[in-house]
Amino acid sequence: MSEYIIKNGHVFDPVQGINGDKKDIAIKDGKIVDKVGSGAKVIDASGKTVMAGAVEIHAHIAGPKVNLGRIYRPEDKLFSCTPTKGMERMGGGASIPTTFKTGYEYAKMGYTTAMEAAMPPMFARHVHEEIRDTPIIDEGAFPVFGNNWFVLEYLKNHEIENTAAYIAWLLRVTKGYAVKVVNPGGTEAWAWGLNCLSVNDPVPYFDITPAEIVKGLLEANEYLGLPHSMHIHPNNLGNPGCYQTTLDTLALAEGMKAKNKFGRESVMHLTHVQFHSYKGTNWGDFESGAKEITDYVNKNKNITIDTGNVTLDETTTMTADGPFEHHLTGLNNLKWANCDVELETAAGVVPYIYSPNISVCAIQWAIGLEIPLMMKDPMRCYITTDHPNAGPFTRYPRVIKWLMSKKARDTQINAFKHKDKVLSQTSIGSLDKELSLYELAQMTRAGPAKCLGLGGICGGLKPGMDADVAVYNFNPDKPVANPDDIETAFSRCAHVFKSGVEVVKNGEIVGTGNKRTLWVNVKVNDNPQVMRDINEKFIKYYSMTQANYEALGHHFVPNPYALEVDATHV
Amino acid sequence: METVTITMKNPPALYLEADNVTPDGFAGKTAAQIAELSVHEGNTTSTLGKYFEISGNAGATAADTKIVVKGDVKKVKYLGMKMSAGEMVIEGSADLYVGAWMTGGKLLAKGNVEAFAATAMKGGELIVEGNAGNYLGAAYRGDWRGMSGGKILVKGNAGSDIGMYMTGGEIVVNGNVDVHVMTHAEGGKTIIKGNTKSKLGGQLVDGTIIVFGTIETMLPGYKPNGEVELEVDGVKALFAHYIGDMGERHKKKKGAIVYGNLYKKI
Repeated sequence: MSEYIIKNGHVFDPVQGINGDKKDIAIKDGKIVDKVGSGAKVIDASGKTVMAGAVEIHAHIAGPKVNLGRIYRPEDKLFSCTPTKGMERMGGGASIPTTFKTGYEYAKMGYTTAMEAAMPPMFARHVHEEIRDTPIIDEGAFPVFGNNWFVLEYLKNHEIENTAAYIAWLLRVTKGYAVKVVNPGGTEAWAWGLNCLSVNDPVPYFDITPAEIVKGLLEANEYLGLPHSMHIHPNNLGNPGCYQTTLDTLALAEGMKAKNKFGRESVMHLTHVQFHSYKGTNWGDFESGAKEITDYVNKNKNITIDTGNVTLDETTTMTADGPFEHHLTGLNNLKWANCDVELETAAGVVPYIYSPNISVCAIQWAIGLEIPLMMKDPMRCYITTDHPNAGPFTRYPRVIKWLMSKKARDTQINAFKHKDKVLSQTSIGSLDKELSLYELAQMTRAGPAKCLGLGGICGGLKPGMDADVAVYNFNPDKPVANPDDIETAFSRCAHVFKSGVEVVKNGEIVGTGNKRTLWVNVKVNDNPQVMRDINEKFIKYYSMTQANYEALGHHFVPNPYALEVDATHV
Repeated sequence: METVTITMKNPPALYLEADNVTPDGFAGKTAAQIAELSVHEGNTTSTLGKYFEISGNAGATAADTKIVVKGDVKKVKYLGMKMSAGEMVIEGSADLYVGAWMTGGKLLAKGNVEAFAATAMKGGELIVEGNAGNYLGAAYRGDWRGMSGGKILVKGNAGSDIGMYMTGGEIVVNGNVDVHVMTHAEGGKTIIKGNTKSKLGGQLVDGTIIVFGTIETMLPGYKPNGEVELEVDGVKALFAHYIGDMGERHKKKKGAIVYGNLYKKI
């Protein structure tokens, strides 16, 4: 493999504590190394910003509900198609891009790893086929567990060992990466036309509460010692007053400690916090609860969050929170698609327009920015748009602009139709903080990598780590003349290396790299009861056999990278 | 106003996509520069000059530019797409998407136009002297935003699904129309001087349909609401008034429910 040396760039690497120093980064055989030979290809990065490849912790980029969105929104591709160009295959779609466009767009912004945030286990094969067809970026997928019949039955009796054995089995057969929970119990209740809007609402038939599900899955996650913490989209998303449910959910992790060999310190990752930080009793007195939420998270070190920034675009919402999507179509009267996944989960899809002329959307925008600006530890708060729910991931450069420039925020606030409401219902106007490049690298690289248990592999530029490197046309020595320059710089990288292969040069795709599928292989003690339960459920309830369930072999996972976990000792 | 005449000389073997043929696309260009504008034939990109003979230079802006399209353009799509100002005359018949997404200016088609003419039109005027195809002034596939402004006049007949998801503007058809008129619409007006078939105003939230001729089958979601005298296009007549679609959601204005209106000349 080629050797490279990236010279004289301003390096920002929280993993090594490097804060803008001029430093050379050497690449050899796909890894960051101390030095390379004189024959190494020189990349001149003087006057530029150098960071590790960014890590996406939560996005909906592959699988049946993403594809449902693509199928039922042909208008999303209207005027957004890009023809074949050089190495790039054709692509299309604004909020739900094709797989190829997804890979290219992430890479051009300097992202080299991304996690699909909700994989219905039964459709793992579909998820992996799309991951396979998404070029360049390493990807993993989180199977959903929060409404799964096995989990509900085991946790009703607090059977942690059985739950853990089932998780290990499911991660193996679906080639999954982590334990994802979406509206615990609520999506199953949706099958009865109901929902769980608090952590204490019982799930019909199963007679278990969301609190019991969450607590049990937290324990099972640490029992196994998985690389990532339990990753939760809590109950009561998007409703005024929901911040209380969020605090109740966060409290379930109190006193828990992470147990794993991957360097992860958190036990609960609460995702797209913006959607879960609403105060008020209705859309009229709707206000920000960002302070209450960040106060709690700042104090409790075993919690990590991601933001879920509203980008003020037309987009496509999609979630395994089936009842929420039904609620949303009733609010905006736009087309709704719903899908039930037998014993496991469900999903809904509804288009949504975050209009700067609607006060609720503008307040949501402000809350999404308040959260990262109020967080004291950037290593525990990561930038996402919950793509495509709060906006497309292609808007990250714009979110970065808003976070790095108070002037850019003020410009947007002044452009809102209901500016006064935004200022009275949130504290965005009084937040002067501007994110530094070091904090940005913590929120988009070192932080999410550590939280995913990938801290030793990616998210940093330490010798021995994967050579995922992004070089931006951004000179930290020069004052920013116009905030839009930040957006431009972070939209298209000067260079991107993925595992030591140059994949982007001057904003264009020049290589497709060596894309891998990340998954977690857990060894547990033999558990005949769980294996018998699985066999029985497949015979009695599933519409497919186990032979058609497993995602295996070259077709589904052509280039796997398994993180090995041995949980047989417990 | 400057006039550019483009005349089909070398007809394409496949259908031609000519979305650059608009006053906006031509503005500020000489005949030679216009000949270099791109068109797509199947999956090949080539130039307008390969198919058309171009004479005359465009005005400085779209508003100062008139385009006359001559020759057989039955296999040419997207003529006048997204035009915002100026004038365009198509001497013969054209294929799909004539004047689609247009926001202003005047577009006259002397022959027939195929389906999706004036898709999601926002403003301006489209006159079709012949017949219009299906989905006239409708929303793009999957979209919920149809024609929202401007005026369409069809002197002949129109096809099915006209004004689907319409939210504003006016469509006038002097002849007959096929099934489905203003399905899902939330505003706007469609006047049909001739006869209609069925499914008028299905799932209509708001908007007005006026029919001078016959309605083959009324939808059951429409409720008789007396008779009214209306003056439509300078003609005063008595109309039977229906409100609906009763099966659809409706907005409220000052406490009263706003229904869609269907008028049929008695």
